[in-house]
Amino acid sequence: MADTAASPESGDEDAGRRDFLILAAGAMGVVGAASFAWPLIDSMNPSAEVLALSTVDVDLDPIQEGQSITIVWQGKPVFVRRRTKAEIEQALKDDSAELRDPEKDGDRAQKPDWLVMIGLCTHLGCIPLGQKSTDPKGEFGGWFCPCHGSHYDTAGRIRKGPAPKNLPLPPYKFVDDKTILIG
Amino acid sequence: MSTGSQWKNPVIRWVDDRLPIFTYMDHEYQQFPMPRNLNYFWNFGALASIVLVVMVVTGVMLAMQYTPHVDYAFDSVERIRRDVNYGWLLQYIHMNGGSMFFIVVYIHMFRGLYYGSYKAPRELLWMLGVVILLLMMATAFMGYVLPWGQMSYWGATVITNLFSAIPLVGDWIVTLLWGGFSVDNATLNRFYSLHYLMPFVLFAVVGLHVVALHVSKSNNPDGIEMKGPQDSVPFHPYFTAKDSVGVGVFLLFFAFFVFYAPNFFGEPDNYIEANPLQTPSHIVPEWYFLPFYAILRSVTIDILFIPAKLMGVLLMFGSILILFILPWLDTARVRSAKYRPIYKYIFWIFFVDCIALGWVGSQPAEGTALIIGQVATVYYFAHFLLVMPILGKIETPLPLPSSIAEPVTGGGGGASAGAAAAKMEKP
Repeated sequence: MADTAASPESGDEDAGRRDFLILAAGAMGVVGAASFAWPLIDSMNPSAEVLALSTVDVDLDPIQEGQSITIVWQGKPVFVRRRTKAEIEQALKDDSAELRDPEKDGDRAQKPDWLVMIGLCTHLGCIPLGQKSTDPKGEFGGWFCPCHGSHYDTAGRIRKGPAPKNLPLPPYKFVDDKTILIG
Repeated sequence: MSTGSQWKNPVIRWVDDRLPIFTYMDHEYQQFPMPRNLNYFWNFGALASIVLVVMVVTGVMLAMQYTPHVDYAFDSVERIRRDVNYGWLLQYIHMNGGSMFFIVVYIHMFRGLYYGSYKAPRELLWMLGVVILLLMMATAFMGYVLPWGQMSYWGATVITNLFSAIPLVGDWIVTLLWGGFSVDNATLNRFYSLHYLMPFVLFAVVGLHVVALHVSKSNNPDGIEMKGPQDSVPFHPYFTAKDSVGVGVFLLFFAFFVFYAPNFFGEPDNYIEANPLQTPSHIVPEWYFLPFYAILRSVTIDILFIPAKLMGVLLMFGSILILFILPWLDTARVRSAKYRPIYKYIFWIFFVDCIALGWVGSQPAEGTALIIGQVATVYYFAHFLLVMPILGKIETPLPLPSSIAEPVTGGGGGASAGAAAAKMEKP
């Protein structure tokens, strides 16, 4: 080592070699740090027992026309409403109204009688009122969010107020006529 | 306002003129002079700080998943092992990390004992190290309670009951520690709170330890001070590189236990949930407490007016506290055992004595083990109170080299020879 240091040319060679070593060692260090960091970060993701609760069955039999129930799916309220004939008609009529987030009623309800939505306002996540018969239902006869005044219609579409989107729909399917599986 | 700083980058210069963090880092971790003759035993301080960081990082993530309640604690730890993504890894790293921390720190301490690193002017550096050891012990003990297994529960019961040996106020103190009349939910909650707090206190004391180190600089195998630039090399790249080698080897060692023998240091009984109505037949603390546990149990008869129970507790705490005054108990003028022909062997006898105490601590307190424990306890204290003061007076040290550079260069260690040597090492 000592003798190579004496000549300037070999010193330059060393510089290049040293740069390579520093870069290679640094890259290995970054890979190592990242592979240590990932388990730490991933441990904050939903754990196995939380993922195991990702579907829920709902029995529709006891719900009368004009009645709503709220069930919990993934920690969120899900509105299940058996709509009246008048509400369905109103929703179909409003398909042609001016909508902020245009969507046909037919795309929002797999069966016109049953509306299944996640009951969280798309503005900032409060739960809109309108599930109980005594609740205010807003200017469009659907749901009304008391936090910042968003009005949803009988298909859960945003009609007035600060919310940008319609109430979101959870993935669900009819297992039979009287049961749905959410998730 | 410019301090004429060396930094060319205007942003760095702007910050550095106002908060000289870059200058500080450059001074303490780039240019910082390290004795050129350090061996690999000088890696262990850096290793300890790395374990501390690993423990804090994994601990913060585990705390997000753990439930400090007697009804849920054990299950929440099982949930971490089974359900949380990579929870098994975090839990095993944290669990084995405790053992790794003590392995590294004990080697670090024996290094200090062998090379006389506690002697003037490094007394305060050493004493801060003893404070760190005490904080580590408290943190490790409380952490071990959190999984709420049988050993957790009965370890907590036994260790907190140590304080009942204090005359007059003992029982009152124990009730205060428990927050009740036995180790229970209140105890678990406060241990959790303190287990989270202590590492940050530990960080602060480690900071002081490092500041003190950077004042007196590192000791070295020859135990003589650096006399000039010929005796030192800059921290970077020499010790960043050397520490990196040590860190690499250490992480392999650590990973071996985490991945292939995660329960090597553990007790199977701690996989049984805590049961306040049944004590395990043979309770032992974690391995790193075994020597002290042996000292605690070695006193079987009342000595004068002091009951055996109190004496055991006093000796156990005394065995650590005595380290605080070691710098003054050791009367030798020479630091390193390399130049102390008798102490060189005394050190190893003391080392074996500590290992023997550890073995005794793992055995039931009866028969031969008990007698060995009693002899080893007496020798432990005799080492500090008799051997070290007397040996320093009667031992004739070997002649010290005139400088650190001398044995390296073979010359007289003059400035020019040393400088030439330093140049040769830097291609």
